[in-house]
Amino acid sequence: MEKLPTTSESIPTDGLFRRSSWSRFVESQIQNVMLLCASLSILTTVGIVFVLLNESVYNVTGGTAFFQEISPWKFLTGTKWHWDSGDFGVWPLLTSTLQVALIGGLVSIPLGLASAVYLSEYATPRTRRIIKPTLELLAGIPTVVYGYFALIFITPYVLRPLFGLVGLEVGVFNGLSAGIVVGIMIIPMVASLSEDAIRAVPQSLREAAYALGSNRFDVSARVVVPAAFSGIMAACLLAISRAIGETMAVVIAGGQNTSGLSVNPLREVFTMTSYIVNVSSSDVEAGSLEYKSLYAVALTLFCMTLTMNILSQWIMRRFRETYQ
Amino acid sequence: MPDSMTTEPQFSLTPPTVNRSENAPAPATQRKAKLEARRLNFFYGENQALFDISMQIPERAVTALIGPSGCGKSTFLRTFNRMNDIIEGTRHTGEVLLEGTNIYDPRVDVVALRKRVGMVFQKSTPFPKSIFDNVAYGPRVAGVRDRAKLAETVESCLLRAALWDEVKDRLHDSAMALSGGQQQRLCIARALATEPDVLLMDEPASALDPASTARVEDLIFDLKSNYTIVIVTHNMQQAARVSDHTGFFYQGNLVEFGGTQALFTKPREKQTEDYITGRFG
Repeated sequence: MEKLPTTSESIPTDGLFRRSSWSRFVESQIQNVMLLCASLSILTTVGIVFVLLNESVYNVTGGTAFFQEISPWKFLTGTKWHWDSGDFGVWPLLTSTLQVALIGGLVSIPLGLASAVYLSEYATPRTRRIIKPTLELLAGIPTVVYGYFALIFITPYVLRPLFGLVGLEVGVFNGLSAGIVVGIMIIPMVASLSEDAIRAVPQSLREAAYALGSNRFDVSARVVVPAAFSGIMAACLLAISRAIGETMAVVIAGGQNTSGLSVNPLREVFTMTSYIVNVSSSDVEAGSLEYKSLYAVALTLFCMTLTMNILSQWIMRRFRETYQ
Repeated sequence: MPDSMTTEPQFSLTPPTVNRSENAPAPATQRKAKLEARRLNFFYGENQALFDISMQIPERAVTALIGPSGCGKSTFLRTFNRMNDIIEGTRHTGEVLLEGTNIYDPRVDVVALRKRVGMVFQKSTPFPKSIFDNVAYGPRVAGVRDRAKLAETVESCLLRAALWDEVKDRLHDSAMALSGGQQQRLCIARALATEPDVLLMDEPASALDPASTARVEDLIFDLKSNYTIVIVTHNMQQAARVSDHTGFFYQGNLVEFGGTQALFTKPREKQTEDYITGRFG
């Protein structure tokens, strides 16, 4: 077989050759550094999951994990949470968390959805330019501020007079005020994500609805919102998941009731996040059962928010209408 | 006011013998004008899209609007149900009349107008709801709650849109699962459900295959005994097949308007002739 000429013989122009091996090395390293940056968040997640599982489910680094001492069954079904007496039933924490998240959802979903519909269907471009950034400003307020707002304004000046009318007493710390501020806090999230979903509804559907003699409200409520339903659902789930994980405002406004199972929103609550703050900031000995219970609670919380996030993505994909 | 307007001209079904250079409608016969534009100018912001259009659309007949892309035919069509209102920054001068009433009069209720003047769009636009709910949409918006009455309306509209036999067993399935041609007929059925007397069609068959196009054209032919139909089309063969009258638009002007057969066989204007013989557009 005849030998082909080598590259250096066939291409005489210098400019076409690759640059020095050093500059090639630098270029490939830049790529690696960027890849590393991208992997960092994944690595962090993996690390967190490892620590959670290690301390709560099965300890591989020496020592015993939480569930190796306390049965998972007792943890998941118990209705008392008293670490002094060794009662680690997660229900009081769970109901508190769900109570705050539910109230948060009841506040944020209608308001957020109404804002989204207003912004995309009613507002003139000018109004929209003013209102949208203002709404997003809400998302920039530190959550501590919301907590104090609930504690020193909503509870004494809104809830107490209101419930006073029907003779109900409102605690200094209560789940309702915490839920309300958490709701206000996540309005921008619901509004912004829902608005994205609503804007994705093709203009042709709106025109068709108008052409059938709909007024603006009919178009929004009967056509646009149902057409954007999957996106709106996903937005709500993400917001609820955020409400479940919300900490500071809940610690400040909701209190840290340790008296057991309670579903009364006018009383003090003790959410999972509050418990974690409470134990982390107290002088609990590392390696003790209380210390390890932190991880079990955190794992529960992690599973809940993860489920919500996955569910929201699934809904988004599964129920999205495709328009040609 | 110019002469052509003060004398309430009637529309012609036969090709006129005089070549009229103005946009004025052709001279009289017995057929009543259902829709009429009088010296209509239309603007998108600074851009003028329609120039001094005067035209009378006869009732219970099919009127086709033809012309190259961007000639203003769709804009003109959309003035009849004021669909242009929902676009920011549009304005107009002149009048558009439905049975002699200026629909741009501030006292006119746009919602009521759109119930009387139905519209079918180029892209079929079924709502992501069931077939039944799509057709029942208009009556429901109008406040009809009675289930029996809704079912009756849905059936009769699907029958008139020649879709009933294909969908009667799956009325509660999603409309999104229908084929393109079926979706377009569903949109026609949906438009009929508001009991309009005018149907505007904006290139209703341009996205359909030939078989579905033929069905939609047959449907248009059947509907014209009860409805006044105005259809915008790119397709000159279609205009020739389905319409009784044709208006040719070019660059925002109504160049020529007359009986379809006459316009296609003996156009009065050079521009019309050039367009229909395929020299441009």
